[in-house]
Amino acid sequence: MTLAWIVLLPFVGALLPGLLIRAGRNACAVTTGAVTLLALTLLLTQAPAIFAGEVIQARWEWLPSLGLNVTFFLDGLGFFFAGLILAIGLLIIIYARYYLSKDDPMGQFYSYLLLFQGAMVGIVLSDNVLLLLVFWELTSLSSFLLIGYWKHLPEGRQGARMALAVTGMGGLSMIAGMLILGDVVGSYDLTVILQHSAEIQASPWYLPALLLILGGCFTKSAQFPFHFWLPHAMAAPTPVSAYLHSATMVKAGIFLMARMWPVLAGTDAWFYIVSTTGLTTMVIAAWIALFKDDLKGLLAYSTVSHLGLITMLFGFGTPMAAIAGVFHIVNHATFKCALFMTAGIVDHEAGTRDIKRLGGLAVLMPITATIATLAGFSMAGLPLLNGFLSKEMMLEEAVHTTWAGNAWILPALATLGALFSVAYSFRYVFRVFFGDQRDDYPQHPHDPPAGMYLPPALLVVLVVAIGLLPALVAGPLVTVVSGAVVGGPLPEFHLAIWHGVTPALGMSALAVIGGALLLWSHAAANKFRLAMPRPEAKTMFDATVNGLAAASNVAIDGLHNGSLRRYLAFFVATTLVVGATAFYSGEHVMGTRLPTPAALVPIIGWMVLVGACFAIVIFHRHRLLTLVVVGVIGLIVSIAFIYLSAPDLALTQISVEVVTVILLLLALNFMPKETPRESSPTRRLRDAVLAGSSGLGVGMLIYLIMSRDFTSISEFHLAESKPGGGGTNVVNVILVDFRGFDTFGEIIVLGIAALAIFALLDGALRGPAAKRLSSWVPDLDRAKDRHPLMMVVATRVMLPLSLVVGVYIFLRGHNDPGGGFIAGLVVAIAFLMQYMASGFGWAERRMKIDYHAMIAWGVIIAGITGAGAWLAGRPFLTSDYGYVKLPFLDKFELATAMGFDLGVFLTVVGSVMLALASLSRMARRTEAPVSSEPMDFRPTPVDPEQVTEERS
Amino acid sequence: MEILIASGVGFMTASGVYLLLRGRTFPVIVGLALLSYAINLFLFATGRLVINQPPVISDNAAGYTDPLPQALVLTAIVISFGMTALIVALALRAYLEVGSDAVDTDESGTSENSGQAGSGGNAA
Amino acid sequence: MNHWLVLPIVLPAMLAPFIVLAMRHDLVLQRVFSIAGSFALLGISIGLMMQAASGPPQVYQLGNWVAPFGIVLVLDRLSALMVLLTSLLAVIVALYATGSNWDARGRHFHALFQFQLMGINGAFLTGDIFNLFVFFEVLLIASYGLMLHGGGAARMKAGVQYVVINLAGSTLFLIAVGTIYGVTGTLNMADLAMKVPLVPAGDQALLRVGALLLLVVFAVKAALVPIHFWLPGTYTNAPAPVAALFAVMTKVGAYSILRVYTLIFGGAAGDDAWLAADWLLPAALVTLVVGGVGLLGAKALTRLVCFSVIGSMGTLMTAIALFTPAATVAALFYLIHSTFATAALFLLADQITERRGSTGDRLVTAPRFAQSGLLAGMFFLAAIGMAGMPPLTGFLGKLMVLDSAREADSMVTIWIVILVSSLVAIVGFGRAGSMLFWKSASIPGQEEPQSSARPVLPIVAAGAMLAGMVALTVFAGPVIGYLEVTAAELYDPVDYIRTVLGPDVLAAR
Repeated sequence: MTLAWIVLLPFVGALLPGLLIRAGRNACAVTTGAVTLLALTLLLTQAPAIFAGEVIQARWEWLPSLGLNVTFFLDGLGFFFAGLILAIGLLIIIYARYYLSKDDPMGQFYSYLLLFQGAMVGIVLSDNVLLLLVFWELTSLSSFLLIGYWKHLPEGRQGARMALAVTGMGGLSMIAGMLILGDVVGSYDLTVILQHSAEIQASPWYLPALLLILGGCFTKSAQFPFHFWLPHAMAAPTPVSAYLHSATMVKAGIFLMARMWPVLAGTDAWFYIVSTTGLTTMVIAAWIALFKDDLKGLLAYSTVSHLGLITMLFGFGTPMAAIAGVFHIVNHATFKCALFMTAGIVDHEAGTRDIKRLGGLAVLMPITATIATLAGFSMAGLPLLNGFLSKEMMLEEAVHTTWAGNAWILPALATLGALFSVAYSFRYVFRVFFGDQRDDYPQHPHDPPAGMYLPPALLVVLVVAIGLLPALVAGPLVTVVSGAVVGGPLPEFHLAIWHGVTPALGMSALAVIGGALLLWSHAAANKFRLAMPRPEAKTMFDATVNGLAAASNVAIDGLHNGSLRRYLAFFVATTLVVGATAFYSGEHVMGTRLPTPAALVPIIGWMVLVGACFAIVIFHRHRLLTLVVVGVIGLIVSIAFIYLSAPDLALTQISVEVVTVILLLLALNFMPKETPRESSPTRRLRDAVLAGSSGLGVGMLIYLIMSRDFTSISEFHLAESKPGGGGTNVVNVILVDFRGFDTFGEIIVLGIAALAIFALLDGALRGPAAKRLSSWVPDLDRAKDRHPLMMVVATRVMLPLSLVVGVYIFLRGHNDPGGGFIAGLVVAIAFLMQYMASGFGWAERRMKIDYHAMIAWGVIIAGITGAGAWLAGRPFLTSDYGYVKLPFLDKFELATAMGFDLGVFLTVVGSVMLALASLSRMARRTEAPVSSEPMDFRPTPVDPEQVTEERS
Repeated sequence: MEILIASGVGFMTASGVYLLLRGRTFPVIVGLALLSYAINLFLFATGRLVINQPPVISDNAAGYTDPLPQALVLTAIVISFGMTALIVALALRAYLEVGSDAVDTDESGTSENSGQAGSGGNAA
Repeated sequence: MNHWLVLPIVLPAMLAPFIVLAMRHDLVLQRVFSIAGSFALLGISIGLMMQAASGPPQVYQLGNWVAPFGIVLVLDRLSALMVLLTSLLAVIVALYATGSNWDARGRHFHALFQFQLMGINGAFLTGDIFNLFVFFEVLLIASYGLMLHGGGAARMKAGVQYVVINLAGSTLFLIAVGTIYGVTGTLNMADLAMKVPLVPAGDQALLRVGALLLLVVFAVKAALVPIHFWLPGTYTNAPAPVAALFAVMTKVGAYSILRVYTLIFGGAAGDDAWLAADWLLPAALVTLVVGGVGLLGAKALTRLVCFSVIGSMGTLMTAIALFTPAATVAALFYLIHSTFATAALFLLADQITERRGSTGDRLVTAPRFAQSGLLAGMFFLAAIGMAGMPPLTGFLGKLMVLDSAREADSMVTIWIVILVSSLVAIVGFGRAGSMLFWKSASIPGQEEPQSSARPVLPIVAAGAMLAGMVALTVFAGPVIGYLEVTAAELYDPVDYIRTVLGPDVLAAR
């Protein structure tokens, strides 16, 4: 439980600063510090157990099926890192309180900081590697926020994005690595994985897993060639640089290598990849650091170099080297963090971090100078300071290691790296604090408030303490930590200043002298450096990302060019390919059903149809003509239905036909009458091919289906129609009873269509559409009388007639062709005629029907009829029927299905009429003056109040 | 007869698809209408063809057409009618709104936000 | 018979006409009823979910006709889950549309919205393939109305494309269903599951044509490459709440594929077993790639979100295409997650766009806008989720997908595509975010005096989606538990078939 709290506290605490900032900066900083302190104390309570060699564990289930559980364990290594993170975190919090200026949003800063702290502690305490991944990526995210903290700095934003991209990439590769590892071992628990080094190293998946995991470690710990993001992360406020980018986050990769050391280390692959990477990083970074004029830049690269050193030590794969690595982690954390803080102080007080503009500060800010000097010398590895000890051990190990059968190359390069690091350390110390005082500092430098120099001072005390009495101060810690890393018995080792005259001693002496000389000839060396090619990683990175983005943009906009024709072509082509492949992938035998004989009439009809199809393709630019041909085709189809004993279909088809054509005509009224010729011959050819093959495909498909016999569930419908459904017109019974639910959905579709049309055209009465409408002039010359006498009279006579027909069709629907839908269309058409004949204005004023309500009632009635069955405890739409005799009509049975059919009827009429009325409203915008007379032989004069009354 | 129906469906589909691939709303709509005719016939034919049989249950009937596909076609007709009506209105509105009845748009990149930002300005 | 099954369809289907009838001219009333209706729906679907979780599938025989002759609704764990997801989203969308006044920008928003819910729920519940078509049409035509809501030239033109493509899709749907009926002589899904193995060898080719054309239809809805083209234009131009609601529309396609190709063309289908997989997996992976490219190349926020949606559909379909129980569990978990993430992102994008005024959602610097800190935080969360960064559901989902892809032959490809696309998403969202919130923040803008002047409801609605993601992260364990049984049901549909066709039907099999 304590473990969980140590991890949770920072996360929970992260909420506080954001709120408490209202109570002032101090309250904010104090709470943040308190949270960290609390976590630290909790951790220290575990110290006795840890030093007694115990391992503390805690476990909760999260996604057991995936093997991702909330499990923590605390051993020497975890304890040490957690302590490091929390302790340094505490110092940083104090330091930041004084570092941040008034107008920096401090609440945010501390929240992010705690977020990071929690994630970091999470990494080092997780027992489950998947959980570890979660925290791992969280550190990337929180560092993204912290680097970008100063939103106004472009360097900050770019640095943040770069860091996120690189470490994010590493994280993803590590996900893959961990999943593989877990698969090999059969568990994601570190404690289990650490037991299975043999299986892992034997598995064929070892190398991929190793590479992927190292990918994560190297990116996080800024190893060459992924080192470039770290210096750019220095755009962050100094506390962040000191905390994330020197003391903790960049150590995460190191930590993981140490954690996985027992299972991954010891193979050749490990040795050559890790130690070589580390060595390269150490030397190259040190060389670059030597020439950085920006203090933080210098420290950044020196950090990279030291991380390389540690990586190399773990890479050696020997327990002794591991001990040295652990020891150097301790030392580096102390002196480097102190150095960053002093750099921050200098920046803060002198107003610049540029070495070229500094110097001689020792007199002006003695305290800072002392701290910086001690820390710097430790970094250089001068005796009596902790840096010296671990560097000695490093050199010692290097001497004993042969690389590819070559005994001297490693020591030589190690010494070179050490030499460089001496040089840049001295440069930091002497060029900033010593030398002549100058009078052109941007600000007048002086020592900062105690809050700012105490934290680094404290660290430097450690530097010296460990340097003088290593075995006493750091001995136990190093022992227990190394024990955890090696996971086995440790070799005999003793931390001491004097090991006698060893090769290592000579090498470090050489390094110190050489370094001093190198600094002395800095200018010359710089010339040499400038002469060499210097690839600038950032520019390469930006070029890559921006290039990719630009390329993607071109690609995607090229693909999604907004051309519906292209999209549809893709759709048709895909369909054809899939269909064809599907057909040829399966077995097919021709059907044996006897073909139906074809009489002359259908053949003629067929010819007309084919002719019409060709005609419509050829003449489709003449839109009115097209409509006529469409009408013809629809007619043929309905005739075909009659011929094939499907009168219901014929009736419906023909009435739908009429309404559709009328709608199209009305719409076409406002649209161009011609389609311009714009597609190129090649495109037309492409379309012709697509169209042809679609036609062929569909034709073949239906032919093959028709050519074979089959048994269908519809036999049941035929059998049950009369007894079960109470109707002899099976089609209608299916519609209102067997599959009434389809019909329910169908009328709703119709209703929605009408509502949507209304909404659409209602919107057209405002905005640009309305402007175009009002400025619209009829582009077809029309007959003088728009409402011819004959037609008017005819429709008047027809109206009642067709209404009766409608009712009749409606009532007989259950037994003979007909039913609510067809009836609805007939009635609708009858009304349409009135509109057609006498104009919208006249008709509307006489037919005061609220079509919205009609649709609504239709759906509701249908629904209620359906729900009525609930009263009888039967499911939705269950129907019941009895026989009724009405005068003038032969006996028919009244089924509840009829209530349903009534709903259908109302919805149909309402929808059709609403659609039409919406169109007519638009028409009235243009057609004013609208005839208020039933029929007009002469154009009536405009009657303004009339018109306005209609508009309203 | 089967050949006639199948080829008829084929021809209607072909001409429908061809018009569907045109660049203006009107032919596209006509194309969709043609396709719906073709599909109605297609769907109907999946119940196989039967000539001059009574459409309703009667005792002296030798056989019936498969009623189920007919019911499905009826549903399909109604739905496609509603769809056609909608797209006609939409085409009209689009034409009045834009001043052109071309179906292609400039989708790339930034021009789209007019839909988001200025949305409804003209209908609100 | 349990009448609760039909309520998710009947309730909105009755509420919508009532709204039209009684309160056509009173927006306030419409809002009250629409929101109340959505909450009622939520309650019902929670009830159904509990029933589904506690027992075997349930059947509802409409018109009291036994399957396969009548139409049936089937409630199993999967359909219950989808209905619940829909009604959750419905509540959010209703609140957002009200709070942001989107519903006032045209006519009949709430009526169309309720009809849309009816269509979606129907599609999830029905056990009849033609009835599925009908509900597809219902939800589509409602979506046309909603997508065009509010007018505007760009929206109209995009609307034309959306409608035309989907009408073509519906046509294909009918061809597919017709072919399947022409071969098997039935429309009921469970009955099809029984009939397909018995189809004579000579008819197999035709059956396959029907089956795979159906796959194309569903793939259009699920926005799989190369028939995904409708998505960006539609989602960018749709009103934000509608775009958020559409987050579940793509899932209708995914659901249908999962249902049809496990139940009908699943393990028991003989030669036709799993015939969707060979097409689905490559398409899904390409979709992921296209999504990534678009995400990186987008120059406007909404378009960026659109392509992230395409990418997420790619991930989802990859998992589905593996057609193993484990992968399906991953798929379903990811499905829930991506619905939340998508909705959240569209709502946030709308808030941001609206505040940036004339700059709109273009990814260029613009003066600082009101509540930019708050929105930055929410956007950050939503982006993390969508990109699949820890600790949110996106990460868990992707982890599960990767984990379940292990046995697949194409494991390496799948892993590489998914991981790389995640990296691309991280970079893309990072660029967009730093442009919108950091770079722009450095430009002094007229900070609005009182941020409380803006409506709170939209932010709350978007926040609720994020909260949903967090909750799903925390309670991933139990959710997965439910999903595991769901997947088991799908891959052994015996209970489903028994429920629909009667206990002794499987004697033949």
